[in-house]
Amino acid sequence: MSNLIEVRNVSKAFGGVVANHDISITVPEGKITGLIGPNGSGKTTLFNSIVGYHPIDSGSIKFKGAEISKKKVQQIARLGMLRTFQQTRIYSLMNCVDNMLISVPHRDAAFFDMFKPYPNEMREKAEDLLEFVGLYEKRKLRAGDLSFGQQKLLEFAMALMNEPEVLLLDEPTAGINPTLINGLIDRLKRANTDFGITLFVIEHNMRVIMNMADTIYCLAHGELLAEGAPSEIQNDQRVIDAYLGAH
Amino acid sequence: MTTATDVKAAETGTHKRRLMSNNDSMIFAGLVLFGILGPILFPNYTFQIAVLWLMVLFALTWDIMGGQMGYNSLGNIFFFGAGMYICAIVQVGLFTDVGAYTSVSGQGNFKFTPDQYYIGVAVGLVAAAIGSSLLAVALGWIVFGLRGPYFAIGTLGMALAAGELIGAWGWVGGGSGIPMPVYPGSGDGKSYFFYVLCFAAAIATFLFLKWLYSTQFGLAINAIRDDEGKAEAMGVHTLRHKTVAWAVSAFFLGIAGGLFGNMTGFIEPLEVAFPTITFGIFMVAMALLGGKGTIWGPVLGAILFHIVKEVTWTYFLGWQWVALGVIIIINIIYFQQGIVGWLQEKYPGWFGIEVDERARAEAPAKGAAQ
Repeated sequence: MSNLIEVRNVSKAFGGVVANHDISITVPEGKITGLIGPNGSGKTTLFNSIVGYHPIDSGSIKFKGAEISKKKVQQIARLGMLRTFQQTRIYSLMNCVDNMLISVPHRDAAFFDMFKPYPNEMREKAEDLLEFVGLYEKRKLRAGDLSFGQQKLLEFAMALMNEPEVLLLDEPTAGINPTLINGLIDRLKRANTDFGITLFVIEHNMRVIMNMADTIYCLAHGELLAEGAPSEIQNDQRVIDAYLGAH
Repeated sequence: MTTATDVKAAETGTHKRRLMSNNDSMIFAGLVLFGILGPILFPNYTFQIAVLWLMVLFALTWDIMGGQMGYNSLGNIFFFGAGMYICAIVQVGLFTDVGAYTSVSGQGNFKFTPDQYYIGVAVGLVAAAIGSSLLAVALGWIVFGLRGPYFAIGTLGMALAAGELIGAWGWVGGGSGIPMPVYPGSGDGKSYFFYVLCFAAAIATFLFLKWLYSTQFGLAINAIRDDEGKAEAMGVHTLRHKTVAWAVSAFFLGIAGGLFGNMTGFIEPLEVAFPTITFGIFMVAMALLGGKGTIWGPVLGAILFHIVKEVTWTYFLGWQWVALGVIIIINIIYFQQGIVGWLQEKYPGWFGIEVDERARAEAPAKGAAQ
């Protein structure tokens, strides 16, 4: 079992604010890795560093053994590493099917491919995935007209459409009502088992992350506080002090 | 492939796949009919109707960027002027020395034979189209780093600077411009000749864009409009699509410039080639009036705008700028979606757009048609 993502001693500061300090994390292939921590502990900054949103100050980030810390967002996305956003981002004026179609992998897109129509298999795949997340009935609606929870599901389906090797999910269940969350956990797990997508998940909902993740990393004040299996993290005194609080 | 999947595919792709729906085809046929009959029924207005077709072309090409892709360019007129100058230089340069032809002593002394004229126009228009596209690719490298209002101001500056720079370039006649080769025939013959070319250029632009928006390219530029950061995060080749979008705009605007230069017979940098505050702003206003981001909006906007403009110019001289200003202000403050955009909201079924089922269930009769 190899490591898909290897973050080594990464630091990132914005002016005087140190968002990440000397962080090392590995995301093993085929697993679900969790990332937790209080607000402002640098989780999203780490995500942004990994997917190339901003240059890192020091350290190294490798994807499948190759250094990617100097690459741009689009290049990294085309390598097969995708992220979803904390503030859900979909193409609001386009309908759901079109949102899905534009999300096909662009890895091998040759210049003149842009002048081709979408093949029927792609449309079928788009609809199948919309069905998978439970949005088939809404497929012809404009994405911007969907509820926030539905937009989150759509964004997740779009990510699956892109056939990534690893998917970085920034709070996938935030803003989703409790009855939908179980369905979403189930779908995230199936994305991992059925589609073979490695997941790296930021999550504040402890029930969700403890239920899903194989390994969990906990950040606090920009530093790595602890790592381990969910049961170890739950009982780690430092994590309880910094984040979970006493029950 | 089973029949079940075929049915599913056919159901999803009906209005996307076909280039035009029945409604579109009928409106389009009406437009073509007007294009053919217009100069026959109103021979005195041939020039004005020819300009109308250029206006349609302006609005359509502006909308590629401003409507479909969300990049509001105020400098697209640059490619109109660039095309005009490229066409003129080719028309003259094929047969005589450009510097001598445009010099004060030699102003327009060279006489072109009919063959030279037609060859010059043909080669010049092709060169204008290709040359303008290449300029768009080169400039795209610079200006696509700008977003939102900065892009608008940057492109505006580009067009203004181009006019001044050409005005200082002696080889192409500087501020005193270039007298274009004279059409070898009657004035009416010239009107019809360029009318046909303007009409063909507008129709070609429309059909090309109609096709282009049906390809993967169409969705990609819509995605850039809705959320460019998201498109980047999904690995879309955004710069590639933006550059092609601008090059397509420039291609047709270059042709329009070449045609307009020949129609007016004399070109100079500020008023004719790079008229930023007239044509440059009109193309934006027309697309907004009709409804940006739609294929018919710019066409409708251009026709209405041109009619209002010509009427006010003829009957309310002195008030024409006030009238245009009022239209633009009302449009931008109260009516941003434009006429076709408003219709889309009001009657989405006409455009094959679906709204929420619950809303549809309450008014079942209308939406079902598409």
